[in-house]
Amino acid sequence: MLAADGTPLKTSLARALRRQKIRALALIAPLLLFVVITFIIPIATMLFRSVENQIVSNTMPEATLALQNWDESSDQTPEEPLFQALYFDLFKAAEAKEHTKLGTRLNYEQTGTSSLFRTTGRKLDDVGEEWQDPIEDIAPALKDGETWFALMSGRGDNTLLEARRSLWNDMVPDAFNGDVGLTLSDEVAGMLPLTAAAYSDWAIFEALEEGRDIAKRDPWEAVYVGLGLDLRNADTVAAIDSYSGPHAQDLKLLTAQLDQLPDLMFRDAFADLDEDWLDPEVWQTIKIYSPDYTSGYFLNAVDMEIGSDGAQMRPDNQQIYIKLFVRTLWMSLVITASCIVLGYPVAWLLANLPLRSANVLMILVLLPFWTSLLVRTSAWKVLLQQQGVINEILVWLGFVDDANRLILMNNATGTVIAMTHILLPFMILPLYSVMKTIPPTYLRAAKSLGATNWTAFWRVYFPQSVPGIGAGSILVFILAIGYYITPEIVGGTSGVFISNRIAYHISSSLNWGLAAALGSILLAVVLLLYWLYDRIVGIDNVKLGG
Amino acid sequence: MLDAALDQSFVTFDRVQKSYDGENLVVKDLNLSMPKGEFLTMLGPSGSGKTTCLMMLAGFETATHGEILLDGKPINNIPPHKRGIGMVFQNYALFPHMTVAENLSFPLEVRKMDKATREAKVKRALDMVQMGAFGGRRPAQLSGGQQQRIALARALVFEPELVLMDEPLGALDKQLREHMQFEITRLAHDLGITTVYVTHDQTEALTMSDRVAVFEDGRIQQLAPPDTLYEEPENSFVAQFIGENNTLEGVVTQIKGPDLCEVKLDGGEVIDAKPVNVANVGDRTRVSIRPERVEMNKDRLQEGAHTLRAEVLEFIYMGDTFRSRLRVAGNDNFVVKTRNAPDQLRLTPGTQVDIGWLPQDCRALDA
Amino acid sequence: MRKLHIVSAVSTLGLMAGLAHAGGHMASDMTLVSWGGAYQQSQINAYTDPYVAMNSGVTVTWDESSAEAVAKLRAMNEAGNITWDVVDVVAADALRLCDEGLAMEIDANDQLAAAPDGTSAEDDFGDLLVGDCFIPQIVYSTTFGYRTDMVPAGAEAPNDICDVFDLETYPGMRALEKRPINNVEWALLCDGVAKADVYDVLATEEGQEQALAKLDTIKDSVIWWSAGADTPQLLADGEIFMGSTYNGRLFAAIEEQGQPIGMMWDAQVFDLDGWIIPEGLSDERKARALDFVYFATDTQRLADQAKYISYGPARLSSAPLVGQHASLGIDMAPHMPTDPNNAANTFLYNYEFWADYRDDIDAKFQAWLAQ
Repeated sequence: MLAADGTPLKTSLARALRRQKIRALALIAPLLLFVVITFIIPIATMLFRSVENQIVSNTMPEATLALQNWDESSDQTPEEPLFQALYFDLFKAAEAKEHTKLGTRLNYEQTGTSSLFRTTGRKLDDVGEEWQDPIEDIAPALKDGETWFALMSGRGDNTLLEARRSLWNDMVPDAFNGDVGLTLSDEVAGMLPLTAAAYSDWAIFEALEEGRDIAKRDPWEAVYVGLGLDLRNADTVAAIDSYSGPHAQDLKLLTAQLDQLPDLMFRDAFADLDEDWLDPEVWQTIKIYSPDYTSGYFLNAVDMEIGSDGAQMRPDNQQIYIKLFVRTLWMSLVITASCIVLGYPVAWLLANLPLRSANVLMILVLLPFWTSLLVRTSAWKVLLQQQGVINEILVWLGFVDDANRLILMNNATGTVIAMTHILLPFMILPLYSVMKTIPPTYLRAAKSLGATNWTAFWRVYFPQSVPGIGAGSILVFILAIGYYITPEIVGGTSGVFISNRIAYHISSSLNWGLAAALGSILLAVVLLLYWLYDRIVGIDNVKLGG
Repeated sequence: MLDAALDQSFVTFDRVQKSYDGENLVVKDLNLSMPKGEFLTMLGPSGSGKTTCLMMLAGFETATHGEILLDGKPINNIPPHKRGIGMVFQNYALFPHMTVAENLSFPLEVRKMDKATREAKVKRALDMVQMGAFGGRRPAQLSGGQQQRIALARALVFEPELVLMDEPLGALDKQLREHMQFEITRLAHDLGITTVYVTHDQTEALTMSDRVAVFEDGRIQQLAPPDTLYEEPENSFVAQFIGENNTLEGVVTQIKGPDLCEVKLDGGEVIDAKPVNVANVGDRTRVSIRPERVEMNKDRLQEGAHTLRAEVLEFIYMGDTFRSRLRVAGNDNFVVKTRNAPDQLRLTPGTQVDIGWLPQDCRALDA
Repeated sequence: MRKLHIVSAVSTLGLMAGLAHAGGHMASDMTLVSWGGAYQQSQINAYTDPYVAMNSGVTVTWDESSAEAVAKLRAMNEAGNITWDVVDVVAADALRLCDEGLAMEIDANDQLAAAPDGTSAEDDFGDLLVGDCFIPQIVYSTTFGYRTDMVPAGAEAPNDICDVFDLETYPGMRALEKRPINNVEWALLCDGVAKADVYDVLATEEGQEQALAKLDTIKDSVIWWSAGADTPQLLADGEIFMGSTYNGRLFAAIEEQGQPIGMMWDAQVFDLDGWIIPEGLSDERKARALDFVYFATDTQRLADQAKYISYGPARLSSAPLVGQHASLGIDMAPHMPTDPNNAANTFLYNYEFWADYRDDIDAKFQAWLAQ
């Protein structure tokens, strides 16, 4: 088929439709963008954060690598090479003040790691000085930064420097870009591999982080440690013998007096800094959490932990999240149910009263919306507490004994009462708008057919109001699941929700990974319930209005 | 007043009054008595009280004063579901969440009938309205006419002795409406049900009913079989409301006998009329003449008939009839309907013509 | 850190000498973060009003976000846009901010004022300089208040921390903070653990269980608070017999509102509140922040704050200068937690211990609460 202008009809149609689609897309584009930025991206970030664990391998890349060879099921402390790698990693991390972040991260899994890393970082300089001092005694020229710069500079393609730069950038994302002002001599780098690596680390940090001229600055202790370690290597000693570059004589001074250098073991040095470094449990924790992605947060969020033989339940006295999830769901159901019970008659009245009275009632229903959540909840506090208005009235009326006043808040009852009040409009409004569309003649018809008031209501009116109940219930339930201010204020200990724990981990313990895992589970539960609801009730059966 | 009639009366309204606000009466002193098997239509403009009467009978409104009796028993205090009255609503009120069969089964279920009985009765009722194949459908899947039949079947399925219908055909198009009018009357007569039918459509009322009660201002203005109602309206409201009608206003100048009086029209002309509810000389009156009873052919006028001079304003050819609009005695809307016959005049607007009628077709009613 | 680098890179060519706070370019806008309420007002009166009077053209904006300062600073850092210049936080939060690289390190002697008699800032603050980023401001304490009219007839007014656990002599509800810190120390202390051993015991599983078991004996009589204003309100409403809160809140309830409340200072836990400067400010803003902090933490200014609120100044040299309450006209010294009459038996918040054990014990504490 051809259109009037000779183009195939399908092509013309497609073009016309495409224009329509583009226009439609342009109209929703601002909203789409808004939703993506404020909703999709944060949720994606949250999901990512709940499994992300690169901090360990980024902060301690070489130690993480060395840990691969350590058998965590043995109760043995790792060997010297691991501690050597740990030294260089931690030295860098301490200079960049990243070690405490790692300590905080690992402290979520193993109590005490926080101070272990903090105190170790503070005292790590002392270890290096054990090497620096004798080296400088033997070869005084190496006290001077300019000597070092001359020694390390030369001809080369800076492969090592770039490799070290990328390690830095892993630790502190993209902070080390720019010209370091150093061309590493390939010859020296081959001869003194550890020294060159440590010097590169220092040069990158000094030039790009501190913004100083590396040619004039003295390198940090780790460089001397690297040199000391290199000098222990027979190949290095041989290479120095045949080396004739800058400051060759200083290096030769050192090789001549190797016996003057300390015989320091890193394992012992770390044990001196903190005994806990010899504790295999610390290393088990580090190894378990060394992969880039972890299920640890999710396990924690369901009261589990990774033990030596896989995932296991936490001890009874630390289990809380499953209980809170169940409580949150259960109490949200109770709140939803009480909203239905209280809201249904009100909605029915609203739908059946003359317009003017209905408007007044509607204002009363909406009134809670116009007061701040905090004010409303605090008002409930005044009403519900033991010396509060409700108890006073009940005592005054003689329904309640003065000595046994009702405990209406700081427990689940308080949460249910206050949240039912707050969420009631979300039940009434959809119910009302659905009931408004049910003609009163249905009830009359049912009665004329012989149904009692109850049968007429139950068999005829109620089924038609079910979509309103469905819509209201979904709204109330999902809102209730996420509430935390009200439970926090009136919930005491038995009326708090999982959201309170999430808020705590976001703002107080700063364990955002765990908060993200808890949030993801909550999201998954809501989606699952939504799916179940769709299967059982059918989402088509939800109406927000006529 | 009705004591004597009570024996045969199936539905009785005895001095019934109804007020919603305590100030105005919507139904004023209503008296009505209906024998079993009658098809009675309550006809009237909206707000005339006819629906209120129906609702009181159904039990959805309570009478403020007076008594309603069903089969001799007062039902004022019987709730609607115990009255056993079938009802068809304006918008059918079929329950949207139930199938057609479930809708029909509902009144049987609440009467605790067993399943087999229910199924048999539902089937019979569906067959009765020729909807046997539609039991599994939802009301929303049916056309308006089909829904109407289901509503009817549902009101009849539990075999009530009295069925109320509240403008049941209002939502149907003209053709379907006429067809359903016929079906409803046929069913009512076949089953021998007493029916109270509310409508504001006079054609419907005239074609379907045994008797028609014309409502206005909370009262029954006239209760009579259709022909009586049309031909002998008892007051000017009924005359106006039922069918087309020409009115001329004037004053009674002379009572000539029980069936004859003289009226002097406001334009000065004097005519003879049949006094219906004028009693004294000097009473103001509205004289009512049906358009088809006006004669323009002098030859056809009977002896002694008055003639009036009229000016032709409009002539409309309607096929089977001619419709002419004239100015008569100052009334610009005087309509004359004549049958299309070979000897019939075709009037030319602007010309003058003499018209006349029989005094007994000319009813002097209240002003 | 990242931000610092960018700033540094920009100024690498010219400035080699590190920080530029002595230079003439200082930002004229400053956002201070504090706790709101009477405390923030005391800071306005004692610090910012005189500072602005001395430095015309400087505008100060307040943000009442100290309670969530760590989380918010972390979020700001991730977003790469630090909007705060000087932040008032408790010492524990300052340590965490320092650990996370979110607060800049402060050299007390170099960047803070010396005492009038020439004592160095480091010596003047003494032990209160906890952490490398924290500039102490006040000493406050968490202690107990009780309803004087609800003391049972025949019983003495409570004056021992263990009265909190004595439901027989002192029936009635208590209010305790909804976190383990302080509560577990008090519990152990009243369960026969010597004060010197409290943290050693708490470091063990058994010790933690022991503390929770002791708390369990009064669990049914406890309302758990999470905001400092809760306890004074609960006391005023007669909802509780006694409850812990910050001493300044109790001072306000007793002296300013005249509530029938008594102070019980026994085993009060000292804690510190002070300033930090976020890491990653521009040179101009950093210079302004340092200039303000230098002024606001000198001996006289710290003493001035005590005119408005009953928290002890963090400098030794300020103590003799503490005078009378600005509006009530009463001597403030006896209301200071550091007053010798009040400080017979005290704790100092153990920052190192809680940095390690906070998450672990809190998990157990919350699980215990939820039982």
